[in-house]
Amino acid sequence: MSAQPVSANKVREYLDVQPLDFDDAVKTYDPVLGIEVHVELGTATKMFDGAPNVFAAEPNTAITEVSLGLPGTLPVVNEKAVEYAIRIGLALNCEIAESCRFARKQYFYPDLTKNFQTSQYDEPIAFDGWVDVELEDGEIVRVEIERAHMEEDAGKNTHIGGSTGRIQGATHSQVDYNRAGVPLVEIVTRPIPNVGERAPEVAAAYVRTLRDIFRALDVSEARMERGNVRADINVSLRADADAPLGTRTETKNVNSFRAIDRAVRFEICRQAGVLDAGMDVVQETRHFHDETGETSPGRVKTDAEDYRYFPEPDLVPVAPSRDWVEQLRSTLPELPAARRRRLIGEWGFSDFEMRDVINAGALDLIQETVDAGAKPQAARKWWMGELARYAKDKGVELDELGVSSAQVAELIGLIDEKKINDKIGRQVLGVIVEADGDGSPAQIVEDKGLAVVSDDSVLTDAVDAAIADNPDVVEKIKGGKVQAIGALMGPVMKATRGQADAGRVRQIIMEKLGVAG
Amino acid sequence: MSSEEVARLASLARIQLTDEELTRFAGEFDAILTAVASVSEVASDDVPATSHPIAMTNVFRADEVTRTLTQEEALAGAPEAADGRFVVPQILGEE
Repeated sequence: MSAQPVSANKVREYLDVQPLDFDDAVKTYDPVLGIEVHVELGTATKMFDGAPNVFAAEPNTAITEVSLGLPGTLPVVNEKAVEYAIRIGLALNCEIAESCRFARKQYFYPDLTKNFQTSQYDEPIAFDGWVDVELEDGEIVRVEIERAHMEEDAGKNTHIGGSTGRIQGATHSQVDYNRAGVPLVEIVTRPIPNVGERAPEVAAAYVRTLRDIFRALDVSEARMERGNVRADINVSLRADADAPLGTRTETKNVNSFRAIDRAVRFEICRQAGVLDAGMDVVQETRHFHDETGETSPGRVKTDAEDYRYFPEPDLVPVAPSRDWVEQLRSTLPELPAARRRRLIGEWGFSDFEMRDVINAGALDLIQETVDAGAKPQAARKWWMGELARYAKDKGVELDELGVSSAQVAELIGLIDEKKINDKIGRQVLGVIVEADGDGSPAQIVEDKGLAVVSDDSVLTDAVDAAIADNPDVVEKIKGGKVQAIGALMGPVMKATRGQADAGRVRQIIMEKLGVAG
Repeated sequence: MSSEEVARLASLARIQLTDEELTRFAGEFDAILTAVASVSEVASDDVPATSHPIAMTNVFRADEVTRTLTQEEALAGAPEAADGRFVVPQILGEE
């Protein structure tokens, strides 16, 4: 479908329209989403040639004649990429095609050497699936998958001469084809209705769910910040849930979960403003700007989407045998939703605790810490407490803090063995975080002399001093107020820089004063 | 086929044609389309669509890295190159 040409007048009117407040917008209109997610597969080589699939190599070195689309070259399909595509399709509860073809999608852009992208058109490898998306409060939204198809990524343009590296004002562009031909799977949803005010959250949670599935399947590193996972978000509004679908806009390449939430929110408010002003939403591609949280229209292309697809004559059909498909189905790993349910049972976490853990991105870290011997609640306490605070202060994700699960498990082990207490544990972590993850907890405890003091002679001296300094407290304790013992323990802990074994200190005080606990 | 349709195809394919060529190609394309259309007279619904002359499927390669081009080789045929990249003219009207 081609977008309607827009007159200059119309554009001017359009720009003057005030967006509606979000709450008003979702009260007046029913938003419907549609999401396209591209995932770069983590194969060793590209989709159609043996060039390495690597990130951030020297420009134009991870390429062959095929990546460059030189005359006379022929593509050959990477079997591993087909396998990964099937695994993704199965994980999304899709049918797997008995036979499917590649097609040429033709357009001119410098990041595409052949003037067509090898993709799939009317015969995707996977279709008719669904995935359950869990929102932060535990509500489940089922998203229907229309199709998942295989294609190749394009090269990367760098715009030169513009002030901000943007295309506007650029005098020319430079192209690096290292990414050209990297295998992609594009996953397209059916329209996602009945999401109402939760539309922004559903969109972000859906992409997060897919990201987690890609990682569980081990088919991609699925790093949003590297562009391994890219989302195009369609939003439309209609009067109510019974009305036909409204005109949609497609916001391209929204590449963080927060950006997805904001882009959907903005489009709902903007479109509601346009409709309230009695105008029509223009079907168009839009771009999201992280700095402002707004979207702006892309070029209105009169011949947009006239890609003149036709079957790729250089490739034969892919016809995955049912045996292969069933073998891949039987070796699918446990998927994230099932794993969460299992771990809630095994670890004894509450639903609430588990959601917190997941939202903090701590599930794998806690799993590894538990695997390394720590008790689940202790692992949760350290990752969600002290370490989460450090991550927040530094503005990084937990797994970017540099602290490993093995270090945390070792720390918990030292506490369990009463070699250190929680307070010293926090000190040790501080040392490791400062050193960007370097150091073994046991070694740090030894080097810095942090081990719990349980040497009775040291403790006895400190206790004697505390007793001598606080005769009034001693009287109280002897008079039966045993809880006043805390007032003596304070000075002892202080004298031993917090390293005293608190239980032992208490014992010594009671012995000295001849009272029973 | 009208010369307007040929003009549209030419613009999609980034080919510049004269008015005379547009008229001539309209006639030639018509003849080609008519000839191709005759296939549908014999192809009934039970004939599967074919995209390759030889009936074969699943031609795959193993996921193994092969020889790659060096940057110099890659850029050897480029009209202009800089910073190890191909230099292309200004891209207009897109973001």
